Amino acid sequence: MPTTRRQFLSLAGGVTAAGTIPIVTLRPLQATPAMLTTAIRNVVGEAPIRTGKVKLDIPPLVENGNTVPLTVTVASPMTADDHVKSIHVFNEKNPQPNIANFHLNSASGRAQVATRIRLADTQKVVAIARLSDDTFWQVAVDVVVTLAACTEEMN
Amino acid sequence: MAALINVPAKARRGDVIEIRTLTSHIMETGFRHTADGKLVPRDIITSFTCRYNGTEIFRADLFPAIAANPYLSFFTVAKDSGTFEFEWIGDNGYSSTGSASITVE
Repeated sequence: MPTTRRQFLSLAGGVTAAGTIPIVTLRPLQATPAMLTTAIRNVVGEAPIRTGKVKLDIPPLVENGNTVPLTVTVASPMTADDHVKSIHVFNEKNPQPNIANFHLNSASGRAQVATRIRLADTQKVVAIARLSDDTFWQVAVDVVVTLAACTEEMN
Repeated sequence: MAALINVPAKARRGDVIEIRTLTSHIMETGFRHTADGKLVPRDIITSFTCRYNGTEIFRADLFPAIAANPYLSFFTVAKDSGTFEFEWIGDNGYSSTGSASITVE
């Protein structure tokens, strides 16, 4: 029996899915490429980075890496004594590791920023918050990207 | 210039309000090549600032990883009636400003 187009496509789709999922689940969380680590250290310095307080909302599966909605929320009362000074967002596999730095203050009321970003590959996105007591808190989220951005050929 | 700014027209004193801005810009990454192999030079917005009655309340440093037509959403506490001033600064001397007013009761 000849293979129909439908059968072929479902088979190809299955192979892609099977090929992508293990990459995501097996990647160790600690394995950060040197550029990402350097970019983070440029902001944080030698200070320890703790996990928690920061929430990063980004779709886990992205069809088009050219515009990916991203929201960072930090659990903070935003008072004069205890507020978020800045939020830094990094990526692992774009041509350069920075995404954005956001500078807030105690008058911000709520420690939440949103924007739209580009992702060149399936990778990890990291958000780090600097609080008013100069402690750093981070969160990392894995994102699967099917169509890459940043480096495609210009038509 | 071509910017969409969304600020509530009215707020009560002490309310936390959301400010959203969308500006028109290509945000060329500087990592793309044309079909004949030439590098397309970088052309991005590098800095965004929002001032509320002259005081800076929010600033962002942007990188090529920000999508074209940068969208930003952030919050502030409504304190006094007045104006919000927005400024986008970028490569090749790019500069764009916008403003919005608010009535605080």
